Amino acid sequence: MKAQNRRAFLKTAAAVGTAAAGLSTSTAKAGPKNILAPDRMGVLVDTTVCVGCRNCEWACKTAHGLPAEPLETYSDRSVFNEMRRPNEAALTVVNEYVNPKNRDLPFNVKVQCMHCDHPACVSACIVGAFTKEENGSVIWDTDKCIGCRYCMAACPFQIPAFEYLKPLDPQIRKCDFCIERTAKGQLPACVEICPVEALTYGPREELVQLARQRLKTYPDRYVNRIYGEYEVGGTSWMYMAGTEFADLQFPKLGPTPAPGVSEAIQHGIFAYFIPPVALYAILGAIMWMTKNSKEEGL
Amino acid sequence: MHPNMKPTPIKAKFFTPGVFVLCLLALNGLVFLAGRFFFGLGSVTNLNDQYPWGLWIAVDVAAGVALAAGGFTTAALGHILHREDFHVILRPALLTAMLGYTFVAIGVFVDIGRWYFIWHPLIMWNGSSALFEVGICVMIYMTVLYIEFLPLVTERFIGKVNLPGALRFLNRPVDTLLRLLDRGLGKTMFVFIIAGVVLSTLHQSSLGTLMVIAGPKMHPLWQTPVLPLLFLLSAISVGFPMVIFESMLASRSFGLKLEMDVLSKLGSSVAPILGVYLAFKLGDMFIRETFLYLQELNTASVMWTVEVVLGVIVPLRMFLSRAVLRSPVLLFTASALVILGVALNRINNFVVAYTPPYEFGSYFPSIGELSVTIGFTSLLVLMYRAYVMIFPVISLPDSASAPKTKYAIRGGK
Repeated sequence: MKAQNRRAFLKTAAAVGTAAAGLSTSTAKAGPKNILAPDRMGVLVDTTVCVGCRNCEWACKTAHGLPAEPLETYSDRSVFNEMRRPNEAALTVVNEYVNPKNRDLPFNVKVQCMHCDHPACVSACIVGAFTKEENGSVIWDTDKCIGCRYCMAACPFQIPAFEYLKPLDPQIRKCDFCIERTAKGQLPACVEICPVEALTYGPREELVQLARQRLKTYPDRYVNRIYGEYEVGGTSWMYMAGTEFADLQFPKLGPTPAPGVSEAIQHGIFAYFIPPVALYAILGAIMWMTKNSKEEGL
Repeated sequence: MHPNMKPTPIKAKFFTPGVFVLCLLALNGLVFLAGRFFFGLGSVTNLNDQYPWGLWIAVDVAAGVALAAGGFTTAALGHILHREDFHVILRPALLTAMLGYTFVAIGVFVDIGRWYFIWHPLIMWNGSSALFEVGICVMIYMTVLYIEFLPLVTERFIGKVNLPGALRFLNRPVDTLLRLLDRGLGKTMFVFIIAGVVLSTLHQSSLGTLMVIAGPKMHPLWQTPVLPLLFLLSAISVGFPMVIFESMLASRSFGLKLEMDVLSKLGSSVAPILGVYLAFKLGDMFIRETFLYLQELNTASVMWTVEVVLGVIVPLRMFLSRAVLRSPVLLFTASALVILGVALNRINNFVVAYTPPYEFGSYFPSIGELSVTIGFTSLLVLMYRAYVMIFPVISLPDSASAPKTKYAIRGGK
């Protein structure tokens, strides 16, 4: 990845520069952990393979200690009549869309946090409760969160959910990429249970290659695009589809990272505290001069 | 400048029919607020996963911060530019800002899910978060406002500390403390005054950065990288109209004579500031060619038009007219329009412009949300009334003022 190299170079250059000035970057920049490791993991979701069994919904709830109905009840396909979104009680849901080419083979789309490479939530969170981990997952620290819900306003995929009906200790809930399971070497719960291998877990770089290979081998099966490869600067979860992504209700997003403009403005206003200090000095000077001129006038 | 004008606690009956109504409204708001603390945010508000922010953030917090801008704009005018002729409005503006920011803080406190963690940003930092910057600046600025208000407390109570009953032995120490504060503050106040202006410039603009990160979720009529500048300019432009508005309300409520010459002079500088704001707002619109969205007829285009025409262009034209500046009714109307325009701008930015990618229904504030916002506003007015009756905030002709005990005592020390 070219951007990655340039980024790494800039980081090194900045580190050398500030070290020379007698400062270390770690103390100069307060902020949450936001790592973009070259070998970060991801999941490739092939919506043309998914059969809508919703076993992943059950596995996710079970893995996260959320109340779940018995697995048999998940074969009920009537839930597909309405579009559903992940919420505080379900971190992932599967939706169904009509296949214009073959009505008997509908498209099923699993929805969960995309685990962005440049997450808006990590940038936005007032207390830095969100972090982008080395393995690619974007997770949330319950001990820090103040419940301001700025992450929800910032997220381009409308993923974080909030427990609105809890007066005490309400949680922000979203997919955590099964960070506890993967730390133990297990697969994410949804990937593990998927009976048709619609979900492929692996290093993101390899998944991109895999997806490109599939696009090349079966050009008729897919639209020629990997959703998440470039959207908002790239996401750890990526999708392949047999129809336009807009028809599957994927948001139309550009290639610029979601926090990009906001952070540029923020760091511009506060560039090493020079603008505020300069403003303070100017105002002080004006105050002093007008006072003197008043006294001379008297 | 009236050399014989002196800030004096107002002598009046606190309870009037109007005050009674405000008390009822405040009580009603507090009842709904109790629901929020016992049954969660969702039980009182119409907020959900699609619309995480609603009326409380848009009005109590964003509009509240903007409308408290009278504090730093008049401080810059009176203390930094040393315009002595405006001194009679400094204290009312300071009080409005102080109470305004207090209610902004309370507004944040009730809106965040974990109110008991409101202090977290003090020790858990995220330099890239616009909200973090707003939070920290607002906290510091509120402290600065309370410090700027301290001289009014010392002026009122030095030599007059009279604690009831068992606390009487504290009279002397408290008096000494007040005198110490008075002497220390007199020499250092300029530090706080400049800091107040700098902090205001910072967080008024960062409040505009907040929604930039929402990207395409925000309607292009409002979403622009220059939002911070527009927020700052609109906050500066609403500062003086807000001072005019509340001076007139206070004068009417207490039956005082209007300081029309000061208010007209203040009003005459509104038009240029409002003009700069309008120029940037329209300039940004033409550069990004968002005027195309005005061809459609929908909530966004109507709200934008109302905001800009009624809230900026009409009052701008009014403030340019000498007849308006001289007429109390017209000056009041023009000021009210600017206030309405800026409040509407904040509502538009935080609520109207926000369209979630997956929408299950539109957002409109619940009865509970409206009740709490109205209740807080009523409480603010009640507190303002109480403060001007206790502390020397509003200037009166000297003959009507209380005996000058303070100066007698200070002269003797």
